[in-house]
This record gives sequence, C-alpha cells and structure tokens, in this order.
Amino acid sequence: MVELALPKNSQVTEGKTWSKPEGAENIREYRIYRWSPDDDDNPRIDTYYVDVDDCGPMVLDALLWIKNKIDPTLTLRRSCREGICGSCAMNIDGTNTLACTKGADEIDGAVKIYPLPHLPVVKDLIPDLTNFYAQHRSIEPWLQTVSPTPAKEWKQSREDRAKLDGLYECILCACCSTSCPSYWWNGERYLGPAVLLQAYRWLIDSRDEATGERLDNLEDPFRLYRCHTIMNCAQTCPKGLNPAKAIAEIKKMMVERRV
Amino acid sequence: MASATKNTRKARPLSPHLFIYKPYPTMVMSIVHRMTGAALYFGTILVAWWLVAAASGEAYYDWVNAIFGSFLGRLVLLGYTWALMHHMVGGIRHLIWDTGNGLAKETADKFAYATVIASVVLTILVWVVGFMAR
Repeated sequence: MVELALPKNSQVTEGKTWSKPEGAENIREYRIYRWSPDDDDNPRIDTYYVDVDDCGPMVLDALLWIKNKIDPTLTLRRSCREGICGSCAMNIDGTNTLACTKGADEIDGAVKIYPLPHLPVVKDLIPDLTNFYAQHRSIEPWLQTVSPTPAKEWKQSREDRAKLDGLYECILCACCSTSCPSYWWNGERYLGPAVLLQAYRWLIDSRDEATGERLDNLEDPFRLYRCHTIMNCAQTCPKGLNPAKAIAEIKKMMVERRV
Repeated sequence: MASATKNTRKARPLSPHLFIYKPYPTMVMSIVHRMTGAALYFGTILVAWWLVAAASGEAYYDWVNAIFGSFLGRLVLLGYTWALMHHMVGGIRHLIWDTGNGLAKETADKFAYATVIASVVLTILVWVVGFMAR
C-alpha cells in the first residue's frame, strides 16, 4: 500500500556531528543514517569528516576509514570490495548502488548514505533482506528437467547460451528491487525486479524444461504485473543490467503462450 | 542468543524511501502519468456535465458554456487538455515498452523527455485548432 510518510519510530532526526580529523587538508563531509536496536532512539543522521588524503577513493573506503578512525560502532555489510558479492549495497547520493564500486569523486557535496530503501533496519546501514531471499527461493532458481540426465553435461548452443548474457551477471544485491516504488508499496506480494530477472534467466534457459510451470507461478496480478515500467531498476543497477527489459519479456511470454 | 531475541523483539524502523531517492526522469514521468490519469476522472465529469447541459435546454447550456468560457474555466480546460495529451503520449510510450522495445536506459530517458515535449506541443496544437475552428 502506498504510504508516503515513514512510521513514527522510523522518522529520522539530526544526529551527532563528529569532530574533523586534525591536520587534514582535504576534508569530505559524510552524512550517514544511524539506528541501533540497543536504545529507544529514533534513527538519526550523523555527520562525519573524512581525511581524503588518508583514505581510498571509493565510498566503501571512506566508510571503513570512519569505522577504523572515528566511530567503531558504525555498522555495515561488506565483503569482496570489488562489486561481485553485493554485500555493501546501500543508498548513496540518492541512488542504490554498491559502496565499493561507487567513487566518492562521482558525488557533489556531502555524501549522503542510507540503508537500502523501504526495508526493516537491523542496524545502521544493514537492512533485513529475509523477504527478498524468500521471494528468490519462491521462483525455484535452479535447472528443472524431466528428460533423463545426460551422461556428461546438459548441452547448449552458443546462441542459446548468449540469451543468458545480461541475466547471469546479477549478484542479488537488491539495489533494483529496493529502488522500485512498486516494490516499496507491495513488496509482500510483488516479486520485484531482481527476482523477476532471475525468473526470466530460467525461463529462457534452453536446458530448462519447466517453462510452463514457471509461467503459471508468475501469472498473478501482483507477483509479475505490479511492474509499471517505472525503470528505477535499470537506472540503478550497479552491474548495468536491465530487469525492466527482462520483466517485459516475461509479460510477452505470457501473451505468446495464449495465442 | 539473548541479544538476537532482543533485537527481533524490538520494532525495527523502516528505512527512508521516496523522499531520499533521486528522481530519475523515467520515475517522474511514471508519477505524472498516474497523476494525469487521476485528473482525467475529473475532466471526464466536466465533459459529461457539458453533454448533460447540451441535452437540458438552451438556457442551462448557455450558463455552463459561460462557466467554461470564463478565464478560470479555460484555465481548467487547458489543464485538462494537457493531462489528456500527457496521459495519451504516456500510454503510447507504455505500448512501445509492451513490445519489449525502447527499454534501454538511455532510450527510456529520451522517451521521458519526449513525453513532456510532445504533451505540451499537442496541447498547444489542440487549442490553436480549437480557436481557429470557432
């Protein structure tokens, strides 16, 4: 349901301004969303100042610089620091992206950082993605066949393999799904762009033999058809993929199997 | 486990969404498409009112026409024309998207700007033709 205002316990207040690093010549302002389950306070925005000359170029470098040198309680997920694990997905400068592949120099003014939008917050920049993962599971993202398993591998032509390009690269960081207003308002029932892109990845896999069942599972006013081509998913994807296009292709498959 | 239990028991806040998100042209056009769609309900009532007036007799028809012909009336009708044109162009954009075309980021952005330009041009055109035909 569309609810523009945040619930009372979620409204953001102005937080603490941490002191500037001493002797730093090149300073960058970071304004970061904070919330802790250990007290009863509302979420707040803390202001930090980063010594750019002492810090790596990416937003993740700055976050870790803050965590190491100013405030060890700042909490975030990160792992690979090269855009392949999807852990450090967050809202930076108004769009969802990976902190590790977002250069601080791509941003004008203070760097504003929030957790991925419209999700329950576990702590600071860590959202609860339980529903997202459950939805991914619901589309059964694995090869399904009825034919006898071949002695070696399931073969695929080069042309059929090429159909998976632009789909298999998805790292399930949830940037797209949590950028989608339709997913914000109907996230419980609408599967969202990331999961639908994955659904399409199996629908057009020439080796998969459950296409009909997969389409049946998506034939629902909410699961698939809450996509209104708002295009935020394609705009925000840090891997340059296009879930909106994948969803449009699924909708086409739905029509084509009826005629 | 104690802390985990405590954590889940406490109501988690919802992270900020619409008002912290950067408005892409495509997103703005989607919102405007919704708003113009809602405005068309109101506009359709005006059309129905005008038709009812035409069927009700000359005196009432003249009175309704005077309201529509006033400065404020024309302003509302101009807005209605634009809403209609914008929603129509937006509808065509969706029709193209439904064929699986024009969904690349750059193309979708161009569509968004084209929607605004086309809706304004068509609105002006409708009014120019309307005044010429009087």
